[in-house]
Amino acid sequence: MRNLGSALFSRLVIIVPYVWLLFFFLVPFFIVFRISLSTMAIAQPPYVPVFGFADGLSGFIGKLGELHFDNFLWLTEDALYINAYLSSLWIAGVSTILALLIGYPVAYGMAKAPRALRPTLLMLVILPFWTSFLIRVYAWIAILKPEGLLNQFLMGIGVINDPLIIINTNWALYIGIVYSYLPFMVLPIYSTLEKLDHSLIEAAQDLGAPPVSAFWKITFPLSVPGVVAGCMLVFIPAVGEFVIPDLLGGSQTLMIGKTLWNEFNANRDWPVSAAVATILLLILVVPIVFFQNAQAKAEEKGR
Amino acid sequence: MKSLGNTRRSFAPWTDPDATPFITFRNVTKTFGDFTAVDNLTLDIYHREFFALLGASGCGKSTLLRMLAGFEKPTSGEIILDGQNIAGIPPYRRPVNMMFQSYALFPHMTVESNIGFGLRQDGMPKSQIAERVAQMLKLVKLEQFAKRKPHQLSGGQRQRVALARSLAKRPKVLLLDEPLGALDKKLREETQFELMDLQQELGLTFVVVTHDQEEAMTMADRIAVMSHGEVIQVATPAEIYEAPNSRFVADFIGDVNILEGKVTASGNGRVELAGADGLTIRAASGEIPANGVSTGFAIRPEKLRVDRAAPADPGVNAVEGEVWDIGYLGDMTVFHIRLANGKVLKASMLNARREVEDPIVYDEKVWVSFDETAGVVLRD
Ligand SMILES: Nc1ncnc2c1ncn2[C@@H]1O[C@H](COP(=O)(O)OP(=O)(O)O)[C@@H](O)[C@H]1O
Ligand SMILES: [Mg+2]
Repeated sequence: MRNLGSALFSRLVIIVPYVWLLFFFLVPFFIVFRISLSTMAIAQPPYVPVFGFADGLSGFIGKLGELHFDNFLWLTEDALYINAYLSSLWIAGVSTILALLIGYPVAYGMAKAPRALRPTLLMLVILPFWTSFLIRVYAWIAILKPEGLLNQFLMGIGVINDPLIIINTNWALYIGIVYSYLPFMVLPIYSTLEKLDHSLIEAAQDLGAPPVSAFWKITFPLSVPGVVAGCMLVFIPAVGEFVIPDLLGGSQTLMIGKTLWNEFNANRDWPVSAAVATILLLILVVPIVFFQNAQAKAEEKGR
Repeated sequence: MKSLGNTRRSFAPWTDPDATPFITFRNVTKTFGDFTAVDNLTLDIYHREFFALLGASGCGKSTLLRMLAGFEKPTSGEIILDGQNIAGIPPYRRPVNMMFQSYALFPHMTVESNIGFGLRQDGMPKSQIAERVAQMLKLVKLEQFAKRKPHQLSGGQRQRVALARSLAKRPKVLLLDEPLGALDKKLREETQFELMDLQQELGLTFVVVTHDQEEAMTMADRIAVMSHGEVIQVATPAEIYEAPNSRFVADFIGDVNILEGKVTASGNGRVELAGADGLTIRAASGEIPANGVSTGFAIRPEKLRVDRAAPADPGVNAVEGEVWDIGYLGDMTVFHIRLANGKVLKASMLNARREVEDPIVYDEKVWVSFDETAGVVLRD
């Protein structure tokens, strides 16, 4: 009896994440997908459902033949959407690279710091999360605006005469994204570097590798899993980012998150915005699968 | 000619006053904060020597080795390697290689690339690297494993990869930090002999760190026994065992009985001690302290004889006792004999015959005797 109970328990434990995935990912995705196949209407909610529970199974199968992908076709017809996707990927990609270039040295410095100091440094990286994300983005407006802190400082020390126009440009956008997502880059890299066995570096030096060479041949390759994780954690949310481009970016800043927001709220076109969201998800699934693969490989290696 | 123990080869540059040491530590001190890990240590190691640093965990052995490799800087003192002060030379330019205690194999590289790493660093041509790597793989009998990653190897195989990697560059000196520590006993014993053969074959200087006295005794030409950052004695394994210079060394290596006494006569290479344990010890080996000094006398269990009768020659050292315990170990039997004052002596007898006539049993009164050269008078 007890055996049966524990077998049941272990099966339940395995089921939990799947149930989670079902209810909080697959079901919402299906709902969004269903909206993306419908047509817009002046109604509440503002679309005509293609099929519902009332149709029953036979009605559902019958309607499958009538499905139309007009909303998706629409996305390919209007260059705005394609440009928004490409621009989002580009902005997210550049931000990820910038975050890596800044985050790696930070993580490296933290991992090389005296052991007693490390928890404090870690704390400092996490500290910004204790205030609201929105407030921190607004704070950047105060820093970057023409009469803001940065310009006052630069003009005060005489580096520039006229204020730099940073706010509402892509510069501000990059600053905002890199700033907001930097901890997600630093933490995974720090955690791989911190675990790295220092005797490997000594062994490399012992065999004739000067410190720089030892870094590129040993430290960096062994920190790749952390770099990949960090890049994914920055890139994926950055692609769909909406608040930062809205607050810091200019009117010409094109990002898919902002487009989605406009379709949904300003145009109240739920079907098209659902199609936008579905495509966005599919675009992001590719790097996520890549990330999963890389992680599985790293685990294999670590065994 | 008499000599201490069996020497394994006629190689003894340290007895030659004209020989120049290959490695010299001169008054080397290393402190970490206010902790002294190596304390004003002076030591010579000769070319082609198999030298062992032996001591309990934490006594500074690895620190000494790491100073030679360049990973730690001496706080004071100097280290000379092949006539050159190596203080300013970074680890990656020193002609020494180290086999790490943890092996430190690069997990993302195959066995082959691990072994070839140092050669690639030196910019050796590809064809020569391949040749040398193949040669090293053969040396450590890992030819079939060239393409594996370290995590696909057993502990013994990893140890061999680490060894091959550290030998690939043909260093002047190979440093080995507890090279066999992670292996099981049987593999460890086999590998000890392989290391000795390898060292002879390649004609290299080996400096090995170990806390295992048997390992040091088996492999080394000379052993430095260390304690708390200091070298207590540097000598051949036989000298360390048969002529320990101090209570610490006598006690650290093998089993020993230490009898206490006060010097009543000394001179002419002989010492007479009024033993505190009810006997007078006449000794003709070891230190020769002045009259009146209290000191110890160390004697190994196998050097003691156990008989029912008192020795006929009154000149032989002898004391009466009672058999307290008998341990039969197969190859030998260990007697614990309790003296009148309660002190227990250990005496071991080789079981050279399968059948013993009238064996000594528990509670018997027996005489323990030994010759004047069987033990040594200690320094303290
Ligand atoms: N980098 C270091 N910082 C502080 N203390 C150290 C350091 N390296 C070694 N020690 C201390 O020095 C002593 C000797 O260490 P070590 O040479 O590793 O001993 P062992 O003889 O076991 O190899 C130990 O007590 C150790 O704690
Ligand atoms: Mg050690």
